[in-house]
Amino acid sequence: MSTVNDHATSHPVPYSTGDSKITETTIAEMRELAARYPVGRSALLPMLHLVQSVEGRVTPEGIEACADVLGLTGAEVSAVATFYTMYKRRPVGEYHVGVCTNTLCAVMGGDLIFERLKRHLDVGNDETTEDGKITLEHIECNAACDYAPVMTVNWEFFDDMTPESATQLVDDLREGTEVKSPRGATICSWREAERVLAGFPDGRADEGPTGGKASLAGLRLARERNWTAPNGNGGAPAPLDPVPGPRPEDQPGRESQAVHTDDSRKED
Amino acid sequence: MLTPVLSDNWDQINAWQLSSYQRTGGYDALRTALRMQPADVVTAVKDSGLRGRGGAGFPTGMKWSFIPQDNPKPKYLVVNADESEPGTCKDIPLMMASPHTLVEGVIISSYAIRASVAFIYVRGEVLHVIRRLQQAVQEAKDAGFIGTNILGTGYDLDVVVHAGAGAYICGEETALLDSLEGRRGQPRLRPPFPAVAGLYGCPTVINNVESIASVPAIIKNGADWFSSMGTEKSKGMTLYSLSGHVTRPGQYEAPMGITLRQLIDLAGGVRDGHELKFWTPGGSSTPLLTAEHLDVPLDYEGVGSVGSMLGTKALQIFDETTCVVRAVLRWTEFYKHESCGKCTPCREGTWWLVQILERLEHGKGTEEDLVTLLDLCENITGRSFCALADGATAPISSSIQHFKDEYLAHFAEGGCPFDPMASTVFATAGANA
Repeated sequence: MSTVNDHATSHPVPYSTGDSKITETTIAEMRELAARYPVGRSALLPMLHLVQSVEGRVTPEGIEACADVLGLTGAEVSAVATFYTMYKRRPVGEYHVGVCTNTLCAVMGGDLIFERLKRHLDVGNDETTEDGKITLEHIECNAACDYAPVMTVNWEFFDDMTPESATQLVDDLREGTEVKSPRGATICSWREAERVLAGFPDGRADEGPTGGKASLAGLRLARERNWTAPNGNGGAPAPLDPVPGPRPEDQPGRESQAVHTDDSRKED
Repeated sequence: MLTPVLSDNWDQINAWQLSSYQRTGGYDALRTALRMQPADVVTAVKDSGLRGRGGAGFPTGMKWSFIPQDNPKPKYLVVNADESEPGTCKDIPLMMASPHTLVEGVIISSYAIRASVAFIYVRGEVLHVIRRLQQAVQEAKDAGFIGTNILGTGYDLDVVVHAGAGAYICGEETALLDSLEGRRGQPRLRPPFPAVAGLYGCPTVINNVESIASVPAIIKNGADWFSSMGTEKSKGMTLYSLSGHVTRPGQYEAPMGITLRQLIDLAGGVRDGHELKFWTPGGSSTPLLTAEHLDVPLDYEGVGSVGSMLGTKALQIFDETTCVVRAVLRWTEFYKHESCGKCTPCREGTWWLVQILERLEHGKGTEEDLVTLLDLCENITGRSFCALADGATAPISSSIQHFKDEYLAHFAEGGCPFDPMASTVFATAGANA
């Protein structure tokens, strides 16, 4: 499984391609971000997310724009942009697809899923399909280990994956079928996601469930067995609906793949 | 057996919204806190015995009391929501399901240390969690819980949700501060500690999400209530995260000191037909334990007494189908990738560790390599600014301690004796890669 960490790719990092989409609006939004902090430079990470949302990658023009707004040199901004894994120097596809291959997910099947996807998409790690739709990357632990093996699309969770569900997922993305995260929203484009990360909400926080099945595993057991924390000053932190009833993720239209998984491991 | 407090509202409809949170008593604790003197809030948290849930277990109230209130500079609260330690998956579901629990804790904690601005530094790779945090902060602003003259008390606070950009090292508190200042996330030399010179050189408290989220319940129910749960030196309830080869992985909120045997039992046992081989008590940076440690109380002292650390209570369960050398190699590759490069022992050492472990996993190593590996670990541990490199050596030295024969078997067989398919969740489903 040593091929997982093949970072090397022969594709050169493109320098300016002369088609920067940075506008006065972008600059104004950069200034707005800087104004949110006691010291403007704190906005550099959000500003670089904003550059990616506009440019599809971190471009030389984007770096210069950040530098201008913050009174830094381009080299100072580059030093930051090259430190963080989420900032990409090469153009990213419409969908960034991540496969966790850190130990737990790898052991649970992440390595096999990643190998399958590389073959299925005919790309290597951190490479983009020819149609520009999908950039595939093996990612580090994404804090969803109780749903292993885990994948992400534009940093939304896809839980309890298999090689089959993984290939189906990328096929759906390439064909333009609407795809929903089992613990998130309908999948937007990578650029739209980057704009949210920059600090400009897209109003979609109310989509999706409170959590998947694993998040609620202990709570459900406690409800079944009437286990609660001790009573405090403010009275018992009793549940509003102590009798088993419809749960948020059981509501129509709130299905979670994680809840309706056919993975018998979780039900036995 | 289980004591849901932080997770208690996670089964409520739209638990992430302000209206739902308030239906279950949300923001009552804030009103209580704002009627107290800030110093009394600090005392309450001190008395509760709450210890940092990010891994180190430092007493939260004591950390707050280190803030020099006679220092004229602004004070800051920074929430470490950069949950990235392999195996750790408690803060993300908490913020997804009930971001207001954290936001209410942020406001109370900021009031206690007299901070005027608080930051929630959340890792960038969790889009929907960021959406919910952004919305929760906006709802709290609209409701008058954040802003100027909060609830008519004259207290002003701004809260900023800040997304990181993919760097494990930023979970280290001083690296997080550099990152939040718009720099490469590299740890700082201490002292000075952040309480004296933190963000922008000002007094700063940095706490884990779960620590801050525990504060409203402490204020609401009392320090004694909190300390009635748990063990002598490890108080309260906490989120234990079970992952890997168990029947029902997930979040289990229990009093400090529950054992892995009890937790695995609650989670329906190790997956059918298999047995526990090794586990991490608190993420990959905590030395591995085995089946002989099933009855160790999972509190700071109990896990420490068997040579590991409670860490983040990230219980990663591996059964007998898992090759420990493969597991350790992959973690080591992770540390190599995430080393920030500031300190030589870590920057160079993690590369050497990977090279040797690769050789071992592929059956091309020798017994002498094991000696070299342990020698390297000794030379790396404790010789860097932060604990990343210490964490990198933990799985290596502990796995050699418990599973030396398995390393040797790789030499004897000229390769890995395990079938990687056997350890997957779809091994029995007939799927092939």
